[in-house]
Amino acid sequence: MESKPRLLTIIDAVSVTLLVVATGMVFFYAPMEAVMGQVQRVFYFHVAAGWVGMLGFLVAAVAGIVYLRTGRRNWDTIGLSAVEIGMVFAFINIVTGSIWARPIWNTWWTWDPRLTTATIMELIYAAYLMLRQGLEDPDRRARFGAVYAIVGFISVPLTFFSARLFRTIHPVVIGSNQPGAEGAFDMTPKMLQTFLFSLLTFSFIFVSLLWHRVRLGRLAEKVEQIKLKVAA
Amino acid sequence: MLLSSLLQDAPAQTTGYMIAGYTVIFGVMFIYLVTLITRRRNLHQDLEMLEDLQRKDKQP
Repeated sequence: MESKPRLLTIIDAVSVTLLVVATGMVFFYAPMEAVMGQVQRVFYFHVAAGWVGMLGFLVAAVAGIVYLRTGRRNWDTIGLSAVEIGMVFAFINIVTGSIWARPIWNTWWTWDPRLTTATIMELIYAAYLMLRQGLEDPDRRARFGAVYAIVGFISVPLTFFSARLFRTIHPVVIGSNQPGAEGAFDMTPKMLQTFLFSLLTFSFIFVSLLWHRVRLGRLAEKVEQIKLKVAA
Repeated sequence: MLLSSLLQDAPAQTTGYMIAGYTVIFGVMFIYLVTLITRRRNLHQDLEMLEDLQRKDKQP
């Protein structure tokens, strides 16, 4: 059995510690927003989850490019793992956004450009996972996965910039003081510190989860290889 | 609803939504962790079983 690397244990410990501190900052350090009330606190982890979702899809696209260049199966495992984690966090992002919208926009859902592009992005990667299941040949599956992850990545910048490119009611967090940005979002220094700390925390969680998921993928490949040997 | 909140002195009462939001965040992360652990455990069981089969095949 492959032993757990020491660095991974350290990253796990740091991730858990950061998550505890970030949660404490969200509830006890950041001030309550004057208009929205307590629900605004969802924003810190909502954006951080969205960031991890997009980071996962970016890693999958990069892994796809490297796989097509090198043909090393390890990059396919990294790509698949990154998509899976990206989907989990993009899902958290969409659901928490809907919960925030209910008291603020007076609706659970609206087909606003940001919400629509985020949903399309999530569905594109859900299709990636489903279509992979339908391919038996591992090399074909890896090649398909690589190309799909690269092409599918177009949905990520489209989602990110949708709040700037189109007329939307979704607040713009990064670059909200730009002239084209609708719905300015001002944060106090404590809010900004909590927000940036949440982004750092979720980045560590992503690295930790990705490493664990890649190890799981390698184990699955090993089992598949032995199964083929036993069957032969 | 936002406009009515602006006209009020106190912030909107949205604590329930905040609790729901964080329940989803921690709940989904926890479920994903459980699936990772379960899949790993199942694969280890498969691996042990297959290695046993291989050993038995090698025996005369």
